[in-house]
Amino acid sequence: MKRVRNIQSRTVVLPTRDIDTDQIISARFLTTTSRDGLGKNLFHDLRFDAEGNERPDFILNKPESEGCRILVGGNNFGCGSSREHAPWALLDYGFEAIISTEIADIFSNNALKNGLLAIVVDADTHQWLMDNPGAELAIDVAAATITLPDGNIVEFAIDGFAQHCLIEGIDQLGFLQQQASAIESFEENRSWKP
Amino acid sequence: MTKPSTLFEKVWADHVVVEETPETPAVLYIDLHIIHEVTTPQAFSVLRDKGLAVRRPDLTLPTLDHSTPTTKVSTFKDLLVAGEGAANQVRQMQQNCEDFGLDLLGYGSGQRGIVHVIGPELGATQPGKTIVCGDSHSSTHGAFGALAFGIGTTEVGHVLATQCLLQRKPKTLAVNIDGELPAGVTAKDLILAIIGKIGVNGGTGHVIEYRGAAIRAMDMESRMTICNMSIEAGARAGMIAPDETTFAYLRGRSRAPKAAAWDEAVERWRRLKTDDGASFDKSVTLNVSELQPMVTFGTNPGMVVGINEAVPASSDASFRKALDYMQVESGKPMTENAVDIVFVGSCTNGRISDIEETARVLRGRKVADSVRMMVVPGSEQVKKEAEERGLDQIIIAAGAEWREAGCSMCIGMNGDIAQPGQLTVSTSNRNFEGRQGVGARTVLASPATAAASAIAGYIADPRVYS
Repeated sequence: MKRVRNIQSRTVVLPTRDIDTDQIISARFLTTTSRDGLGKNLFHDLRFDAEGNERPDFILNKPESEGCRILVGGNNFGCGSSREHAPWALLDYGFEAIISTEIADIFSNNALKNGLLAIVVDADTHQWLMDNPGAELAIDVAAATITLPDGNIVEFAIDGFAQHCLIEGIDQLGFLQQQASAIESFEENRSWKP
Repeated sequence: MTKPSTLFEKVWADHVVVEETPETPAVLYIDLHIIHEVTTPQAFSVLRDKGLAVRRPDLTLPTLDHSTPTTKVSTFKDLLVAGEGAANQVRQMQQNCEDFGLDLLGYGSGQRGIVHVIGPELGATQPGKTIVCGDSHSSTHGAFGALAFGIGTTEVGHVLATQCLLQRKPKTLAVNIDGELPAGVTAKDLILAIIGKIGVNGGTGHVIEYRGAAIRAMDMESRMTICNMSIEAGARAGMIAPDETTFAYLRGRSRAPKAAAWDEAVERWRRLKTDDGASFDKSVTLNVSELQPMVTFGTNPGMVVGINEAVPASSDASFRKALDYMQVESGKPMTENAVDIVFVGSCTNGRISDIEETARVLRGRKVADSVRMMVVPGSEQVKKEAEERGLDQIIIAAGAEWREAGCSMCIGMNGDIAQPGQLTVSTSNRNFEGRQGVGARTVLASPATAAASAIAGYIADPRVYS
């Protein structure tokens, strides 16, 4: 996993609540055996009409969204299916961080394991971000802070282990493999066997 | 004396390989890993790249369900019904299982089926186990008092390679069900009502334990329907304490313990209940004695209403967007909506009792001319049992399609989809925008409501057919 330490970008705002992973990447694009190339189908049915033409009113199709790497979503972002294709698609499209007031458990887990920051902020900060699309933010992973355009700094909570893995680019499988002797001894000593 | 514990805490504690600290999550051992063709190819690629083996093939249960056609498959060509990508995924899964020494319950096994249907029916799902799968409805297995949850593909790789996961301990939420379910009201109606009450994020960060007499009175398949949709309330998992109903279901199944091992297992399983005095982080109580059959009206499973109630109103933008998508009006009951497709199946309601309930309503009646009805058994074994009991003939005689086992229209990956604007009454678990096809409108309901709606051609109260 590549290191994720600082992200500086303008935001894109998708204010809808409960954006589920089916909307992020539809099941019909999951018939792949690769992690790559999913970005072109990110939010497909919101971005394109039935003929495959861009919907000009959808935020990602507007010129101001070009190059934005931070997505601010409505409450309960990433609910539904466990498909890791959702963070893969967001990353492939160019997003590096998601901000919401609540992010679904499995999505958040999947995102952090791929170097996509999933940040939960307080309701006031979230409302400000919703009201100010395109705001230039600076995210510092080590400090767990977001610096707003006026210089105000907002702190966010992040699991210490996930934070460490992001900063150092640590692959969690490697960490688990280091527990091999503990796993072996657990298997030998447990009181019943599955 | 040890501190009173919840069911969840007991199962969790029994599987901690390394305790969590502020710096590191717990290392949690996994007893059963069910895998399928859609969320594993990238995990197997990681194993190949790193030169790793599958640590415990004996605790890994592979099958094919998500991108398989629901038409007959005899040769590779038949898989192409679901599209080239889907067919390729199936072939890659077969190859991965061969390369890594896994016993695939695929074509020709007679045991292929939806991941969350075959685990229980084989008796592989057992109380006190930790069970994971790269599918969010893994919560289904919690009906047996297992700790079961969905994981992503990276974590599938972790379990394949180490049989463990890195996990922070979730919080606990007690959902207490008071009262008795009225006649004609099912587990599906209850879980939809629960999600409606606590919201699609009401369980986020928590493991739910469903408690109360109405739960105790349920058979195992109903309990599976309840636990299945825990994720639709955002919960990490859903659990029900095992009891005599659980043991009776498991006894004699091919992968359940046998002889002396059975007696030992049951003795251990009896201890798997929340102790008196144990506390939950949160709790909610729902009285169900007045509950009606429930249907969804919006684009998430929390937007739910009684079959004879009016769709509520709200000025909230997301709410109105959902109603616009569904072409549904506030103030009117859902029964005013004409139906195009009825789908009975999925890991929520694709088991033998669901097929039986569907056949009970359809017996001697006809599906309306304007409706296409698909009945998709959850597994090859469910299909076989239904056919042995003649349920397929009742379904076919009513004018519905009786198809091969798989996830089918629940996720719409295999070509089983609705056209834009079509309304599907579906016994599945998600009514998200586009879930069953671009622009498709989904109304979640029980098998009885689905069958009643197929006959009426409109969303209908199943109690008229009781």
